[in-house]
Amino acid sequence: MNLRSSVDIITEWDIVAARQLGRNEAKEVGFGTVDQARITTAISELARNIYLYAGKGNIEIKQIAEGNLKGLLVIASDKGPGIPDVRKVMEDGYTTSGGLGAGLPGVKRLMDEFKIDTVVGEGTTISATKWLR
Amino acid sequence: MNTEIATYIRDNVEEILEKWKIKMEDEKDDRFFQIMSDQVIDITVHEFGELMISSLTEERETYKMKINDFSEKIVRYGWSISFVLKALSNFTEVIYERMEEVGYFKKGDKLSFAELYTNWITPLNYSIVDAYTKVWEKTVQLQKIALQELSASLIPVFEKISVMPLVGTIDTERAKLIMENLLQGVVKHRAEVVLLDITGVPVVDTMVAHHIIQAADAVRLVGAKCMLVGIRPEIAQTIVALGINLTDFTTTSTLQRGVEQALALTNRAIVEVNSK
Repeated sequence: MNLRSSVDIITEWDIVAARQLGRNEAKEVGFGTVDQARITTAISELARNIYLYAGKGNIEIKQIAEGNLKGLLVIASDKGPGIPDVRKVMEDGYTTSGGLGAGLPGVKRLMDEFKIDTVVGEGTTISATKWLR
Repeated sequence: MNTEIATYIRDNVEEILEKWKIKMEDEKDDRFFQIMSDQVIDITVHEFGELMISSLTEERETYKMKINDFSEKIVRYGWSISFVLKALSNFTEVIYERMEEVGYFKKGDKLSFAELYTNWITPLNYSIVDAYTKVWEKTVQLQKIALQELSASLIPVFEKISVMPLVGTIDTERAKLIMENLLQGVVKHRAEVVLLDITGVPVVDTMVAHHIIQAADAVRLVGAKCMLVGIRPEIAQTIVALGINLTDFTTTSTLQRGVEQALALTNRAIVEVNSK
C-alpha cells in the first residue's frame, strides 16, 4: 500500500485544500476524530509555514504501512530560504513572524514522528508521521 | 474571402454541423453529449454555427454580444473551456476539409489554412476565453461577497451580551473582518461580554488562535470581556498539544454555558417561572 497525493501550496486557500486532503486521507486510514483533528492541524501548520516563509511549496500525504501498523505520512517541502537554527525554531514561543511561535514544536507534539531536513538557501523538507493505534 | 466562407457555411450548415458533431463525439470528453438532451445539443450546436458565421459577417459589437451570451450559456451548462476550444478547432477543421473537397482551396494548401486560422479562429478563441473568464470572475466575485456577508456578524442576544458565531475557515482576510466587526459591534451594542463561538471552525491552528487572542485583547481594550465558547473535545486536545496558552480566557464547551456564565458576570440569571 503506497497511496500518495499532494497539493501545491501557492495561495492561502491551498492551505485549506491541503488539510481537506489530509482529513480525507486520515479518514480513509481509519483515524478517529481526535487524530483527524491532530493531523489536519499539523498539516495546516506546515502548509502555513510554507506559505509564510517559502512562498510556495508542496504538501504530500502518503498512506503508509509497517507490519501491521498503518499510518499517515505528511511531507512538507519547499525551496525556500531554509531554517538557520533548527533548535531555535523547535523552542516554544520562538517566532520571526509575530505569531505565537507554537507551530513546529506543536506539530511535533501532534504527530508521532517528526523530522526536519533543511539547508539554508536551498529549502526545507519536513516529514511527520502519525500511526494508527 | 470572409464573405465567401460565410456564404459557404450558411449554405451547407446542416452538413457541416453533422460532421462536426461526429467529430466531437469521438472526443474523450463527451460528457456534454451524455448529459444534454438531443434537443439542447441541436440548439446549442446551431447557435455555435450561427456564432461562427456571425464572427465573419456581422459588426464587431453585435458579434461581441453574441459571444458573451454564448459564453454565459456554456458556463451555465458546465462545459469546460478546453472542450469549447476543441469544438472550435474541430469546426475549423471540418470547414477546411469540406472546402478543400469542393475546391475552394487547393489540396494541401496549408498557407490559406494558416491565414484562415489567424484571421478568424485566433481572435474568436481570444474572445471566447475572455468572455468565459469574465463570467467565471463574476461568479467568483459574487461568491466572495456572499461569503463575506456570512462571515462575521456580531449578534446582540441580551443587554450587554453579544455573540459572534464563527463558521468555516479563518484566513487572514476574515480574521481582519472579525476584528473590525467585533470592535465596532462591542461599541455599538454597548456589550460588556462578547462570546466568540468557534463551534463551526473546522481547524484551530496557531494562526487562528493567534487571531482570536489578538481579538480578545482588543476587546479588552475597549472595556469588554471576551469569552471563547464552542470548543469541541478534539479542538481542545489539539490546542493543548500545540501549547497555546488560553488561560486569560474564560472558555466553555457550548454556547449555552457561555451565555449562562456571561449572565452571571453581569449579575443576571435565567430562572424558571412557576406558571401557577
